[in-house]
Amino acid sequence: MKQNDLILQTVTKVAAFVILLFAVAIFLGGHYSPGGGFVGGLMTSAAIVLLLLAFDIKTVTGILPIDYKLMIGSGLFISSLTVAGGLVFGVPLMTHVYQYIDLPLLGHISLHTAVLFDLGVYLVVVGVTMTIIQTIGESE
Amino acid sequence: MSLLHWAVLSPFLLALIVPILYKLFRQIHTGWFVLILPILLFTYFSSFISLTKRGDIITERAAWIPSLGIHVDFYVDGLGLLFALLITGIGSLVVLYSVFYLSKEKEKLNQFYVFLLLFMGAMLGVVLSDNLIVLYSFWEFTSLSSFLLIGYWNERERSRYGAQKSLLITVFGGLSLLGGIILLAIMGNTFSIRELIAQSGELMDHPLFTPALLLVLLGAFTKSAQFPFHIWLPDAMEAPTPVSAYLHSATMVKAGIYLVARLSPVFAESGIWFWLVSIAGLITLFWGSFSAIKQTDLKGILAFSTISQLGLIMSLLGLGAAALHYESLGENIYLAATVAAVFHLINHATFKGSLFMVAGIIDHETGTRDIRKLGGLMQLMPITFTVAVIGAFSMAGLPPFNGFLSKEMFLASMVDVLELNIFNMETWGTLFPVLAWVASVFTFIYSMIVVLKPFTGKLQLNLLDKKPHEAPIGMLISPIILASLVIIFGIFPNLLSSSIIEPAVAGIQPSLVGPDFQVHIAFWHGFQPELWMTVGIIAFGIILYKTFPKWQKIHQWMPERLSLNALYDNGLRGLERSASSVMKFLMTGSIRTYLLSIFLFFILSLGFTLYWKDAFKLDTGNLAPIGLYEWVLAAITVIGSIAILFARSRLTSIIILGAVGYTISLFFVLLRAPDLALTQLVIETISVSLFLLCFFHLPLMASRKEERMTFRLNNALISIGVGVMVTLIALSAHSNKLFDSISSYYLENAYKEAGGKNVVNVILVDFRGLDTMFEITVLSIAALGIFAMIKLRLTGGKDKS
Repeated sequence: MKQNDLILQTVTKVAAFVILLFAVAIFLGGHYSPGGGFVGGLMTSAAIVLLLLAFDIKTVTGILPIDYKLMIGSGLFISSLTVAGGLVFGVPLMTHVYQYIDLPLLGHISLHTAVLFDLGVYLVVVGVTMTIIQTIGESE
Repeated sequence: MSLLHWAVLSPFLLALIVPILYKLFRQIHTGWFVLILPILLFTYFSSFISLTKRGDIITERAAWIPSLGIHVDFYVDGLGLLFALLITGIGSLVVLYSVFYLSKEKEKLNQFYVFLLLFMGAMLGVVLSDNLIVLYSFWEFTSLSSFLLIGYWNERERSRYGAQKSLLITVFGGLSLLGGIILLAIMGNTFSIRELIAQSGELMDHPLFTPALLLVLLGAFTKSAQFPFHIWLPDAMEAPTPVSAYLHSATMVKAGIYLVARLSPVFAESGIWFWLVSIAGLITLFWGSFSAIKQTDLKGILAFSTISQLGLIMSLLGLGAAALHYESLGENIYLAATVAAVFHLINHATFKGSLFMVAGIIDHETGTRDIRKLGGLMQLMPITFTVAVIGAFSMAGLPPFNGFLSKEMFLASMVDVLELNIFNMETWGTLFPVLAWVASVFTFIYSMIVVLKPFTGKLQLNLLDKKPHEAPIGMLISPIILASLVIIFGIFPNLLSSSIIEPAVAGIQPSLVGPDFQVHIAFWHGFQPELWMTVGIIAFGIILYKTFPKWQKIHQWMPERLSLNALYDNGLRGLERSASSVMKFLMTGSIRTYLLSIFLFFILSLGFTLYWKDAFKLDTGNLAPIGLYEWVLAAITVIGSIAILFARSRLTSIIILGAVGYTISLFFVLLRAPDLALTQLVIETISVSLFLLCFFHLPLMASRKEERMTFRLNNALISIGVGVMVTLIALSAHSNKLFDSISSYYLENAYKEAGGKNVVNVILVDFRGLDTMFEITVLSIAALGIFAMIKLRLTGGKDKS
């Protein structure tokens, strides 16, 4: 069945980028405003799902040749490293460190190890959602 | 983290790199890279010898979960160091041997060395931990890595069977050990072994003392293959021979011995400990040696011989406990049992390690380990034969090898039992030396079988898969080193006494061993009873070996189906059968049934609890005012929910369900929870698209008219019940304020402690970060599960990759 998805596809091309950028923004700002790894990850998956709906699985895997199972693994790995990192410095597990610095253009920002942990969460969430959706979608 | 921590951690770190090395340098055997680490570690741990010799104890701490008193405390004393040296020393030799044993073209070397390194690290962790929880974690890690190693050739049915058996039995023991550890912690209010030892006197009178003792011993016995848990060890011989040499003779099976030795100061004062440890050890010694002689597989003989030797060491540790009851004696003869245990531990690692490697060489060169096919290899493999003779004679307890000395000390300790005047030893005491002597005769016989059957007699080339010749020199280095140690320790037994044995004994019995404690092992110790026993063993052994075929039938008096193995197999089969019948009853394959039972359980259990605890309360005092928006949203939600019931197609239901979800997220917006609203919105979007994807695969919806009225009534009842229950709980939860809300704590501390202004996110990544960690782990497992189920089903159960 051939359908004419021209409008959907054109809108998607723009919207997916906006959603992806927004996802990254709420992921990074998570510690200070609503957001974080979990929502950011879900938002990113939503953008990819939108791509999947507008195009088909083959095209999307052509654009984003990502092994989502690997993504799950690396996410878990990053998170557990951050959790265990405290041991190396002789402080309790999951102790976070943060620091405020001033950078040109970006201004007064903070560097926080929590972001590393959140990055792991982000990767796992994207990986999990996309693995499930892709597996079910492919099984036709 | 100190250098010591890094030393224990280093095998794990190397295990991460090994697959990369394997990929990058395909032409170099991965074993060469791995070999460096155990050698470095061995030299590192050797540097501690001078410290522990002086009686120093090195402790290093890293915090893990300080709030629960769990620290990664490592400490090196004589006992821990002895084991650490064994693990790294034998480890180096085994890795060297494996380089020649495992072909780099045919084997999955990356997996092999990752498993081996994991095991090495875990084992080091076990013997150096002071914290019992840390010890337990490493302990289970040894079970897991040995499971992987035994099942290394996982395409073989026997390997999988052996791996599963060892895992089931050792993890069962590990769980009971965990129970024992928790009881100990309850009694002593600490997880630290040293602190427990310090208060051992008070622990004795605690009502939990005996349960803790039994649970800990169960863990130690399963790990060290004591009767009747020994049945996993022979099946573990399906592992590659380097693994058998390493795990099943030198290290892992000795973890149980280590645990008994380490916790001796805590428990040994109790009579139960003395009886259980020494009797279990003796029975294992006897049964292992008795079963060894009926085996036809060379590695099978060695497996049973390991079982019996472990029993020997265990019984000595048990006897050593008697020493605690004779503190007044000037010259405490029962301390000698502990010395003998430590000495035999070292000796066993040397001679059994070399014998396993010999068995591996024979297997490698002839293609079989069946002693009925082997024979006459002496001319073809003179060096291997020499090593085998040294190892086997030492195992049999013949002079001038080290096994002779520790065997004599063992027999002497068994004779000394007769002088015990505690625990009613007058009647049962004679059993000790008698059992020990009989077992030693069997030990002599199987040692002779190991060396004489393959190497002497007639060479039957037609029965062998390959034409045998001497092993490559690289493969011979490790067994030759071990065999030389057998001779060196035999002729100069005191080489080790002050540097290794004394500190180790001091670690086992700190209360008895003073600074002037000295071990002196004499090669010639006069015409003592033990010497005559040895002479008897040799004489009887030779006679029985010569007449072996005549009395071999004795092994057949016990029918096969009454054996412990059959018990295990039948038990497992029965468990599987009952589990699958329960599953067949529960898992109907219809999600409706699952939901029905889940909801029914939910209603009944919560409803009963609410009624039983009289927990329902309605407090309208502090309800928030309901505005126009809330009314509208609530109305939309209710209308949407009702509409789902009357939807004629799945598609409509899914879309209405999504709409209800969006309305809920608007509620979150109204109630000023932007994080929740955001999450709910995205989740709703994704789950609707997921539904739509699955929707494609679902069978056609049964037409509503066909469904029977009672069925629909049941559904209605259950859904109304769930609704009512949730409402009741929500109202009661709001009205019952038993504690102050924790949210004020988070609000106050989120910025102060964690430097974040978004409290929800701070809770997720910081305050309750561990929960998040486990949550994403669960998520990952679920996703991989879905992947596996769908992909495997599509390929008809076969793995496509």
